[in-house]
Amino acid sequence: MNKVNLVIDHIEVSVAQGLNILEAAKQLKIRIPTLCYHEDLCVAGNCRVCVVEQVGSDRLLPACATPVAEGMEILTNSLKVRNARKSVIDLLVSEHRAECTRCYKNGECELQSLSSEYLIGEDTYIDLVPLKNYSIDYFSPSIIKDDSKCIRCQRCVRTCDYLQDIGALTVAHKGKDMKISSFFEKPMYEVVCTNCGQCVNRCPTGALIERNYIDEVWTAINDPKKHLVVQTAPAVRIALGEVLGMKPGNIVTGKMVAALRRLGFDSVLDTDFTADLTIIEEGNELLKRLKGALVDNNPDVNLPMTTSCSPGWIKYVEHMYPEYLPNVSTAKSPQQMFGALVKTYYAKKVKIDPENIVSVSIMPCTAKKYEANRPEMQASGYRDVDLVLTTREFARMIKQAGINFEALENEEFDSFMGTSSGAAVIFGASGGVMEAALRTAYEIVTGKEVPFDGLNITPVRGMEEVKEATIKIENTLPDWSFLEGVELKTCVTHSLANAKKVMDSVKKGEAQYHFIEVMACPGGCLGGGGQPIPTNLEIRRERSKAIYQEDAGKPIRKSHENPEVVKLYDEFLKEPLGNKSHELLHTSYVRRNRY
Amino acid sequence: MTQITNLVKSLADRHGRYNESLLPILQGVVDENKFLSEEAMVEIARELDISAARVYGTASFYSFLNTEPMGKHVIRVCKTITCMMHGKNHIIQEIEKTLKIKLGETTHDGKFTLVETNCLGQCHKGPAMLINDTPYTNLTPEKTREILQSFIENEALSSTTNLN
Repeated sequence: MNKVNLVIDHIEVSVAQGLNILEAAKQLKIRIPTLCYHEDLCVAGNCRVCVVEQVGSDRLLPACATPVAEGMEILTNSLKVRNARKSVIDLLVSEHRAECTRCYKNGECELQSLSSEYLIGEDTYIDLVPLKNYSIDYFSPSIIKDDSKCIRCQRCVRTCDYLQDIGALTVAHKGKDMKISSFFEKPMYEVVCTNCGQCVNRCPTGALIERNYIDEVWTAINDPKKHLVVQTAPAVRIALGEVLGMKPGNIVTGKMVAALRRLGFDSVLDTDFTADLTIIEEGNELLKRLKGALVDNNPDVNLPMTTSCSPGWIKYVEHMYPEYLPNVSTAKSPQQMFGALVKTYYAKKVKIDPENIVSVSIMPCTAKKYEANRPEMQASGYRDVDLVLTTREFARMIKQAGINFEALENEEFDSFMGTSSGAAVIFGASGGVMEAALRTAYEIVTGKEVPFDGLNITPVRGMEEVKEATIKIENTLPDWSFLEGVELKTCVTHSLANAKKVMDSVKKGEAQYHFIEVMACPGGCLGGGGQPIPTNLEIRRERSKAIYQEDAGKPIRKSHENPEVVKLYDEFLKEPLGNKSHELLHTSYVRRNRY
Repeated sequence: MTQITNLVKSLADRHGRYNESLLPILQGVVDENKFLSEEAMVEIARELDISAARVYGTASFYSFLNTEPMGKHVIRVCKTITCMMHGKNHIIQEIEKTLKIKLGETTHDGKFTLVETNCLGQCHKGPAMLINDTPYTNLTPEKTREILQSFIENEALSSTTNLN
């Protein structure tokens, strides 16, 4: 690769051609402040916070949008640069409702930390906020959009457009009236927004935040009449530590359980348990569909079947590919299955009136809040899940409670509905559901383990955009002889921009799959919209590594071998896809508008 | 298929289904319907396989791509400084009086809409206004009233012709 020689802050450096000044400076461990720039997104160059001086030139250059050139002499911290940056930040603050002490992002706001760094003092510029004609959108159960705090950096627009290819947010109007808007400025709740929260993960200010339910949870904890059950999603335990002073990639399952008990939850259980259950239900559903298509030639059977764990993906299909809704597995997500069982199976076993149970979930996800609020999610007569907290909200509660998280001793989940297999843990990574489903389905059909070393189905793992794996089914058990010699074609993808590519190729008939796993967020749930901020590919890789490490260390690696799941079928559900399952664990979807 | 679906389809057939086709399609719909309805924008988004919000965002950038219903004749009075100094406020008052609407409004019969616009490039002949695509310059209240009267008479004439 061609190298380019330049001098940054009087230090000579040789970097690869095509890098920008920001990246070159990073190699010298020089930090140039940024706002609109984000590693996951294309360069916008609109905030001008990263300006630097090129010796011999009058104009300042945006470091993020200027490629390095041979012989360049760059100053990142000259007086001219500092003054310009200070003015830029000051101007941005003048259009930002700086109610910092009351703001949800207080302490985590990038604009706040920059104005602190650059000592933005008394108002040099006129406060533009009162003239802004802003609105605050509180309607969504997942995301709050507050235009008064928006500095128009467009990270959210780029996230929604390029990472997710949804385009629920756009730049509307022009000049001083330019704002980040949805279609016709409708509330986020009404438009194509999937509640994935990727914009929330990337918003540098408090303009896009998750709707938090922290006070509601504290109130429930302090109500003596209420029995609080909490479930934790697989991806929470590998990221929670990041908000509590630990490095990405730490597995904190034991400490997480201990912290939940300290907070006052009566029963600390695991979404992983219903992840295993999901595999049994969804795996059987896939086999049933395959039988319908291959043996009965039933034209009403829809293949490929897609997973249904990701509520962002569900809402995306409802808006953008409604004709494919019959292809989505009817199995509820693990969160909702868990909730439905808490108010029925669990309530009966512990002899508590479901009326008095508050079912809380800790999720890496903002869309889970929306999912829990869906009208269909109360088949038992009670809300499956009452309150959903993100990993970030949970971490905040731990801090509020004054718990020294790192010093906590490891504790175990309560039983029952607390045991899980390694197959459930990997639900948190892209490819995990597919791998878990294959481990189980292959064994149901052939009586043997999947033919992969150590049960590790590596072709479906990793951060590649679209992963494909074909498994030839051989030596089937008599009941499944119709699958003998069938090549099961699977596809795994993550982030909705990639899901769109897959769905378009399915639509055109270019791709023939039996089973598709889609996770709405980059990397799967580990990169979810409720996960710790910041996020980037490197951090997501660390979280992914931790997930597969947790799987490898589990004594049980296959969902159908989870003894508590086996017991659940014996005592309550009777059989996969049976009447009880159908009533409690499966759901339906609705067609939605295309905006 | 509704009328708007057909219109968007035929415009897309003519201008293509690329990013750069968006503007001519938007203009085509405005030419036909005077404004871009929600339904029209969703259809355009579907036809070009882009997000509806993006269609809205693009339309909202351009002053002449209306996102609200407009009358048959759109009167745009230049609001910029030269026309302002030449007395555009009197012109607006005269139009308001003649048509019995306020700035930003449309007459009850849906014939006229009155709005302000940025510079029309007629600073040397201000105050200036645009009715549909025709500029009118060196306006005085009297001249403005006469211009409007001719439009109103034409409208009355065409409605009687229709009756016959």
